[in-house]
Amino acid sequence: MKLREIAHSRTGDKGNIANISVVAYHDKDYSLLLKEVTVEKVKKHFSEVVKGEIIRYELPNISALNFVLYDALGGGVTRSLALDKHGKSLGGHLMDMSIKTK
Amino acid sequence: MIDKKNKKIRIGSGAGYSGDRIEPALQLAKKGELDYLVFECLAERTIALAQQRKSLNPKMGYDPLLEERMYMCLPACIQNGVKIITNMGAANPVSAMEKVIEVAKNLGLKKLKVAAITGDEVLTFVQKNDYELLETKKTMSSLGNSIISANAYIGASAAVEALENGADIVITGRFSDPSLFIAPLVYEFSWSFNDYELLGKGTILGHLMECGGHITGGYFADPGYKDVPDLANLGFPIAEVTSQGSFTISKLPNAGGMVTTATCKEQLLYEIHDPKNYLTPDVIADFSEVTFKEVEKNKIEVIGGKGKEKTGKLKVSIGYEDGFIGEGQISYGGPGAIERAQLAISILKTRISTYLPEVKEVRFDCIGQNSLYGNTKLDINPYEIRVRVAARTSTRKEAIKIGNEVEALYTNGPAGGGGVFKNVQKVVAIQSILIKETLVQPEVHYKSL
Repeated sequence: MKLREIAHSRTGDKGNIANISVVAYHDKDYSLLLKEVTVEKVKKHFSEVVKGEIIRYELPNISALNFVLYDALGGGVTRSLALDKHGKSLGGHLMDMSIKTK
Repeated sequence: MIDKKNKKIRIGSGAGYSGDRIEPALQLAKKGELDYLVFECLAERTIALAQQRKSLNPKMGYDPLLEERMYMCLPACIQNGVKIITNMGAANPVSAMEKVIEVAKNLGLKKLKVAAITGDEVLTFVQKNDYELLETKKTMSSLGNSIISANAYIGASAAVEALENGADIVITGRFSDPSLFIAPLVYEFSWSFNDYELLGKGTILGHLMECGGHITGGYFADPGYKDVPDLANLGFPIAEVTSQGSFTISKLPNAGGMVTTATCKEQLLYEIHDPKNYLTPDVIADFSEVTFKEVEKNKIEVIGGKGKEKTGKLKVSIGYEDGFIGEGQISYGGPGAIERAQLAISILKTRISTYLPEVKEVRFDCIGQNSLYGNTKLDINPYEIRVRVAARTSTRKEAIKIGNEVEALYTNGPAGGGGVFKNVQKVVAIQSILIKETLVQPEVHYKSL
């Protein structure tokens, strides 16, 4: 199953750092997010884009995760050569991640 | 005397960025039964660009849409007693104040008091001290003489002072975004700047509201998964706040969009890092226990915001000139599109390395295949593809040549290239430093009709 089936996402930027939220549609799926959407998997998923460290923050209060991706925006929004300087489209790719439901 | 304990304050968000739609703000001014309308219009780099406009003309440097926004919204705001708080002053809050008075005169308004807050500009001061840049860990001197602006994110207190002195409109330059929303709450409810719990709640309110339509269903829709009604007429949000800092988020009943727990959750995490430590000049807000509850359709109650003592440091955005980016694009379509696009790129690589040795950094994309996520998915074969090259150069002259090399593919490149686009951009980049808040002394100026 794709992550998109159980969660939604928005991406933000600060300097050369992107953050991607992963919000479960239903609270019952939060434990699945915790188990399946790990830092290691996200690192692998974005190996072409993210050059730095990735930190995962857990928000059980809203059944969501927040990923902070360092060195992810080609030097930063204000000087990047990339087409999507803000990395706004990163969340879209994360939603394509495969997750195991059992 | 008004019973402060039981009153509620209604704050509308009139803009999520400098170029945002204006009519949703006008709808809120007319029908929102608002006490305040806040326009947040200043992105990280906007103020450095505004500083450049001011250096060309000392009367400019405020938000380019200030005049239009005021012409549209001011009459309804005055008629309904809605006060305006905005960072549309950008690099020149005092000239912005004078412009608003001029607009008010032209509209035939009789009475208006406008305040402008300055003091965020700290360039002269920080240049004397070689602060460390947060991004590169090098000191400011590493940027040489390319620095053009330094603006501190200041806290709510100067805006509270302006409201206490009867301002109908408060115009700031660089100002912490959520603090634009905290100021009216501190003023109306006599909150203490030492009550970090309340300031934390106010900051969460400001954070949820500051992107305008982001919380009413803008930037949310994903057809079939997250459907949002009537985005062409998206309404902007209204926060209704009690003296204890509890609040709801809603929108006008007939406006497009929607306010749901899901739109709120996405916006809560937008552009934040550690949810327990969201730093502002006023407070360290804690988002980690916030929950959302639907009290009625399109009305969400926000519960559980917290805060702790501020750091005493202010973030300062340093704007600096960082050369130029030259860019060119061309499309290829039909069978073999990707092969011809790749041939075009290999030609461009040779041309640039041979004839443009001054280029410092260059990037090639096949839009439709690898421009967003690198070579993550190469097993796709698009029917049309757009080649893009972007390069960093020291001079404009060199940057122009990048687009010209792409254009020359019309007569020297693969078959069937079309739709060339060329662009040159002067780069104003941003890095940040931290300074002690006591080093910044905001000043409030007034002008009345």
